[in-house]
Amino acid sequence: MVAVVSRKRIYEGSRIPQPVPTILEVDPAKHSLDDILRVNFGPNHPSTHGVLRLIVDLDGETVAGIRAVIGYLHTGFEKNMEAKSWWKSVTYPSRVDYVSFQANELVYVLAVEKLLGLEVPRRATWARMALTELTRIHSHLIWLGTSALELGAISLLWYTFDDRDEILDLFEMVGGARMHTRYFQVGGLAEDLPPGFTAEARKFCDAMPKSVDEYEAILDRNAIWLERTKGIGLLSAEDGLALAQSGPMLRASGVNWDLRKSMPYLFYDEVEFDVPVYENGDVYDRYKVHMDEMRESVRIVRQCLDRLDEMEGEPWVADDRKVVLPPRHELHTSMESLIHHFKIVTEGYTVPEGEVYVVIESPRGEAGCYLVSDGGPRPWRVRFRAPSFAALQATATVVQGCLVADLIAIAGSLDPVMGEADR
Amino acid sequence: MTYAGVPGVIETRETFDETTLVVDPARLAEACTYLRDQEGFNFLSDIAPADYLGWGQQEVAGYVGTASGRDLNEPGSQGLARVPAPKPKRFSVSYQLLHVGDEPARLRVQVWLDDGEPVDSVVPVWPAADWFEREVWDMMGIRFHGHPNLVRILMDEDWEGHPLRKDYPLGGEPVRFSDED
Repeated sequence: MVAVVSRKRIYEGSRIPQPVPTILEVDPAKHSLDDILRVNFGPNHPSTHGVLRLIVDLDGETVAGIRAVIGYLHTGFEKNMEAKSWWKSVTYPSRVDYVSFQANELVYVLAVEKLLGLEVPRRATWARMALTELTRIHSHLIWLGTSALELGAISLLWYTFDDRDEILDLFEMVGGARMHTRYFQVGGLAEDLPPGFTAEARKFCDAMPKSVDEYEAILDRNAIWLERTKGIGLLSAEDGLALAQSGPMLRASGVNWDLRKSMPYLFYDEVEFDVPVYENGDVYDRYKVHMDEMRESVRIVRQCLDRLDEMEGEPWVADDRKVVLPPRHELHTSMESLIHHFKIVTEGYTVPEGEVYVVIESPRGEAGCYLVSDGGPRPWRVRFRAPSFAALQATATVVQGCLVADLIAIAGSLDPVMGEADR
Repeated sequence: MTYAGVPGVIETRETFDETTLVVDPARLAEACTYLRDQEGFNFLSDIAPADYLGWGQQEVAGYVGTASGRDLNEPGSQGLARVPAPKPKRFSVSYQLLHVGDEPARLRVQVWLDDGEPVDSVVPVWPAADWFEREVWDMMGIRFHGHPNLVRILMDEDWEGHPLRKDYPLGGEPVRFSDED
């Protein structure tokens, strides 16, 4: 596996290693300051993917200056988690990025498990992989539907949300809730996979590649879609790395970088899949990366389901009674189990002192979790590294010289989830 | 991997399979430039600050349900098995670096700061530090020398206090237009 940084110059005069601006100021040499009209996009605008606010300086229809303003969805997740026990705070990460909830849950439990030094049973790890990949498809479907909707391809939203519903049905099957399942917990899963889950998931895997083909059939021969996505929102590989872009943003700019291949976690080194890489760094290539990733995720889910079928009946949670709740039936017969249950739920388990930083490839890219423990039952410090936060930093770089109508397409292609950017 | 040539290193730690370089705050920019150019850390993944006010003391990390907090020096079910190791200063700022390339590697560069002590900005080294440093200023109140636009990013511009500090109360948001205004 070789990470290749594209040598292709996407536009003239790459500015690395000089600072890349995160605010685009109006250049008096190019624009007459008297003609500038300052327009406020958002925070409540139907096509800004949540409460993103863009302050745009327009010269006619050209974007002469822009600054992104975030923070309208700041909810203090990190502060709140410091006040909850490790056991209770598992519910928070899935609310941070509410479109790819399982991925954020995964990075948090992996970080806590790293501090605890806890071995997770392999059945739980394969189930985590399958569900995280389903989450990736779910997240990409929402991105595709809403981005196409913003550019006028209204019908696609209904198709993508139809398929998204199938995934939510699967989540409902395993966790009882359609979103924010809290199905991953420290040590493994909250419950075993229900009977018939793999069969239902296989049905979805059989249908999904056909759906992706249909989406491409709708968009790839649509002249309006091609005109509005090709050659706009350019980001070069060097600028992408300098601005800490990750995920589809980076892979559309020609950088072959996917943590699942480059620094494998879970069992990603045991499954076969390809990393789609495109070179032009425009909105269209970001769209192509998303489409290909959905196909690859289906491939991974299929392999996970095969393994899960082989491991039917194996444990799905670690056998560590100091951390994991005892089985429900034991509470009626065993005093020790009752004590453990009571202690975990009231006081919480303690986690050894230390600090860790765990990173996974979420649907949006590099999603990290930095934890500090003082050895007590509550986290001393929790921090999430949000790929959306980094993506929005690139707004000023990718919109340079674009038209105001393209602004919507470009902002959508950054794939920001404001809950994650603002935390 | 050893990072022997990095300027200003005070301490190198290997914990949980992660390498931490504790760096003299006065030489942070120098050390970061070296790591980017010589060691290939071309990607700044994150800047994570932490406030250690009350670390290892009673009350602040108090046990839920007791007013005074748990006594950390008394081992038992409601306290810690041992008192955590003391920290050199109040704040730590951790720069999580990543080498994107054929041999990927991660590294944490850490500086320790007192309240009000500024540190050099690393925006000239990695442009991505721009928003990350603004968030650190907003949430923890740590100033960065040479930052192009050090203003609040998540909270309102006129917000008072820095919410992620340990002395900032949970639920400390004032209720606007209430009688107390």
